Amino acid sequence: MGNEALIAVENVSFRYGETAILQDVSFGIVSGDFLALTGPNGSGKTTLIRIILGLLKPSRGTVSLLGKEIDQFREWNRIGYVPQKATNVDPLFPASVREIVAMGLLSQKPFPRFLKAADETRIDRALQQVGMESLKNRRIGELSGGQQQRVFIARAIVNTPDVLFLDEPTAGVDAETQARFYEMLSELNRRERLTIVLITHDFSILTKHINKVACLNQRLFFHGTHEEFCSSPVVQELLQGEHHLVCHRH
Amino acid sequence: MRGAMENFLTYAFMQRALLAGIGVSITCAILGVFLVLRRDAMIGHGLAHVTFGGVALGLLLSVAPLLVTLAVSVVSALGILKLKEKAGLYGDTAIGIVSSLGMALGILLVSLAGSFNVDLFGYLFGNVLAIDPEEVWLSLLLATGVLATTILFYQEFFFLTFDPESARTSGIRVRRLESLMAVLAAVTIVLGMKVVGLLLVSSLLVIPAAASLQVARSFKQALVYAALLAGGTTIGGLVISYRLDWPPSGTIVALSGLLFLLLFFLRKSRRP
Repeated sequence: MGNEALIAVENVSFRYGETAILQDVSFGIVSGDFLALTGPNGSGKTTLIRIILGLLKPSRGTVSLLGKEIDQFREWNRIGYVPQKATNVDPLFPASVREIVAMGLLSQKPFPRFLKAADETRIDRALQQVGMESLKNRRIGELSGGQQQRVFIARAIVNTPDVLFLDEPTAGVDAETQARFYEMLSELNRRERLTIVLITHDFSILTKHINKVACLNQRLFFHGTHEEFCSSPVVQELLQGEHHLVCHRH
Repeated sequence: MRGAMENFLTYAFMQRALLAGIGVSITCAILGVFLVLRRDAMIGHGLAHVTFGGVALGLLLSVAPLLVTLAVSVVSALGILKLKEKAGLYGDTAIGIVSSLGMALGILLVSLAGSFNVDLFGYLFGNVLAIDPEEVWLSLLLATGVLATTILFYQEFFFLTFDPESARTSGIRVRRLESLMAVLAAVTIVLGMKVVGLLLVSSLLVIPAAASLQVARSFKQALVYAALLAGGTTIGGLVISYRLDWPPSGTIVALSGLLFLLLFFLRKSRRP
């Protein structure tokens, strides 16, 4: 894919009634990026991801995904998505880990979307990648928040997508689990060349793994490398009081 | 006991009741699992009220009430979805509006006609023992259609039920499927009407599904358990009602409720 933009956001604005959520946002994401989309609460991060994925229509501007205008985009098997609060699972919901991961395969199946024997191998592989193969037959509601996250990542990567979107995947998860989780994402980014777009507030751990940052507060006021982000006075000023930046690599 | 059962099965009306009852209750239960998990269980209750208007209209026009009710129920189910989508109403508000209007239509038509109260009573409280052969075949045909559609769209319905937003980003046409599910719910409500009556029909959708969720460990298990519970309580309810001369609809629903309680306490006892 080289440096060709996988995702191009051009002059995107979005309003809820009279309230402006996003204003004139433009940026691109290239293959292999591990991008953190960050900004204060209510800055429009989730809205932007939902617009990129076609879940919301922008009031103005265009989005293209893997070279196609979002309205014409059909290759959903190349996209993985872990929505916000994905782990708020009803504990009584009767779905096994295997069944959840199998959902991820539907985007590439013609109607009727029955699963085949070969799909089991793919499910097993995705679960292995996130270290959850031994819990394949467990009910999703019985797992911890961290384990559930891994299952949702497995669902998102079972198709071996080109891009993975995650919306605050570590909210409410303990620090140790978070660290392991980001390590796993980093591994997928390096080994599988998976492009990752991650909404997060969690700088202290992210600074170890990400290579790009986009900072949003209605407008995009920063888009660049991790190093540029850490040294940007604009960013430091904007995030003052909300976050403590720890910019170091191990 | 065995003689009594053989006797029970020799009656043609009982054979028809079993055939229609099992087919319809299994269909309701399977669709019910999706509806209960989507928090849409009350759509069954709402559509049941609407079908009262459909039945009254059918009887007034002297057209097969089952077909008129089917049409009214399907249109109402789609109307509820449109109200939610276009008017931005909460689901229960949309159901409340449509179901009240359906019920009001029924009351007006009954009042205008004033002559078919006995027939209407059968639809309200159900009388599966009085089901005629044509209705059995029509019920089984519709039940087969609903089941076949559910099997064909099983994976999509499952994804939609668990996580509608991610389903959309997997290329699943969520709105179309929601409409399809609403139509299937409308059809199953009409089917269940003959078995337990309009006032109890939503129980066929809700109780076996809710009972199966107490013990199922996977989605497929939930569907299988719901179907077994529904079939079992229909057979058991009919047998008990035959032996004790109880009304079949009430007996089937009461048995179903009892099984739900048993499974609920079983789950509670396993997980303190």
